Amino acid sequence: MAKKLMKGNEAIGEAAIAAGCRHYFAYPITPQTEVAEYLARRMPEVDGVFLQAESEVAASNMLFGAAAAGVRTFTSSSSPGISLMSESISYIAGAQLPVVYINIVRGGPGLGGILPAQSDYFQACKGGGHGDYHLLVLGPSTVQEAVDHVMLAFDLADKYRNPVMVMGDGMIGQMMEPVEFPTEGVAAPPPKPWATVGMRGRPQNLIRSLYLDPDELERNNLELRAKYDAMERDEVRFESYHADEETDVLVVAYGTMARIAKTAIDELRGQGKRIGMLRPITLYPFPRVAIREASSRARAVLVVELSTGQMVEDVEWSAAEGVDIHFFGKTGGNIPAPEDIGDEITKVLEGRARPRTMVPLAEEAS
Amino acid sequence: MTAATIFQRPQSLTERITHYCPGCTHGVIHRLVAESLDELGLRESTVGIAPVGCAVLAYHYFACDFQEAPHGRAPALATGAKRARPDLTVFTYQGDGDLASIGTAELIHAANRGEKFTIIFVNNAIYGMTGGQMAPTTMPGQVTSTSPAGRDVDQVGYPLRVAELVATLRTPSYVERVSVHSPGHIIDAKRAIRQAFAYQKEGRCFSLVEVLSTCPTNWGLTPLASLKWVEENMLPYYPLGLKKSPEDEV
Repeated sequence: MAKKLMKGNEAIGEAAIAAGCRHYFAYPITPQTEVAEYLARRMPEVDGVFLQAESEVAASNMLFGAAAAGVRTFTSSSSPGISLMSESISYIAGAQLPVVYINIVRGGPGLGGILPAQSDYFQACKGGGHGDYHLLVLGPSTVQEAVDHVMLAFDLADKYRNPVMVMGDGMIGQMMEPVEFPTEGVAAPPPKPWATVGMRGRPQNLIRSLYLDPDELERNNLELRAKYDAMERDEVRFESYHADEETDVLVVAYGTMARIAKTAIDELRGQGKRIGMLRPITLYPFPRVAIREASSRARAVLVVELSTGQMVEDVEWSAAEGVDIHFFGKTGGNIPAPEDIGDEITKVLEGRARPRTMVPLAEEAS
Repeated sequence: MTAATIFQRPQSLTERITHYCPGCTHGVIHRLVAESLDELGLRESTVGIAPVGCAVLAYHYFACDFQEAPHGRAPALATGAKRARPDLTVFTYQGDGDLASIGTAELIHAANRGEKFTIIFVNNAIYGMTGGQMAPTTMPGQVTSTSPAGRDVDQVGYPLRVAELVATLRTPSYVERVSVHSPGHIIDAKRAIRQAFAYQKEGRCFSLVEVLSTCPTNWGLTPLASLKWVEENMLPYYPLGLKKSPEDEV
């Protein structure tokens, strides 16, 4: 299929249709409302369901009902909306339902702003809702990768019977890039013998997250844990950009930040500097082993995020012992230029930057 | 003379003994729903949605597929399930805390969109599962654990009349309030519940049946005194009858 020029949010909507999803429930929120506007036109053309819910709370619970009835279903939202969905995400994880969430992250906390941010890494990867659960989280850095991740997300959700989040930011949602949609090799969803679609002669199917017996609840917790172990073993994805070489600075960044960092790295490598980058593609499961190995070949690590430092905590506990970890972040919707990141890398190279430390800065100063 | 079966457990109920308190009318209401599903031949295509509250374990007592919703969200789950599979019979079974307090938004919007599923709304004027707290439906002056001096309408307003509220919506629907405090009322409640499922079977409209129910344990009354309490206290405030019919002019 020929490439066509599409806005990220519209490409995300089309990717869901290409993945065989015909049930979309959502509530408008900037900066991703174009997904809903696109699907309001597009879903009827493919005999699909587009429904604007009364709230994000309701939208996510509609996903629960639809997924439990055996269909592929998804929603798109942005940070404050995902907070409202977090209640049902916990229930959906507990009830082991395949659901896909698109989160086009904006600045926070609170109403925050509408410009790009990566400040919901903790929410996506470390919980958000209550209880012992994980979302599988993908972080695309281009519009094409967003398309690929949306399609992959449906397969992974079905494979693990677990909610999957594709987490981008306003840049991914708003920019236009050439994309193509695979039309062949799209696997049909697996059979769902557990779905609640009427007994029709078989025993009752029950979708629930309540287990009043402590042993039964623990069994469900361990079943979930076994899925997360399998994800950590089989689903870790990352991109290595000269990270398999000896480096003086290893950059770790994901999503659009990795893209901007790459421009900075190319510039410095052109000057003969030994810089590499490891880009996590799955944010959960996190590429811990890859980070450990790449950082063992590095003199220092620089983590770059659109936040005041969230993923950096995962890098800290993954990195090889003794390697200095530095952090550079911008927030509020401010986006660093390649030169800003280049300057930070140079500071680390020249020993002018202060690494993160376990000792609180104020205490150290006194 | 040959023996003939003249009364039996509906196929839509399991043999499991319920956890409901002695004298609670959930059991009667479960039976009316089950009889309706049996008579309309719907059991094998039915998906029930359980609430959070006393009826959270309803799926152990109904012999059909079930989903268990977060508190108050059953109408949103039902919307998702029915939109995904319009061929299924979908019903929610919700108490007054679940439906009339935390789940008001989901109720009103599902009704207003005209979602073609059925809500069985059990109103016993109190939170049962958590041990007898004030509900939006608690009667003026009624003593509960969170209104120890009785519900003060100056502070918390008057009880919510859900059936009337939903009936104000312009979208066609079937809304009726019934009670199960006497055999005659139980027979009438059965008619209404069956009618709601019949409308759904025809793909006709959203349907809600509000059933006045008892909570002897948290009311601190015997089962018999509870039935009388419904008659004397709830009926005057919650008038029974048809509130809205799909036959009405839009």
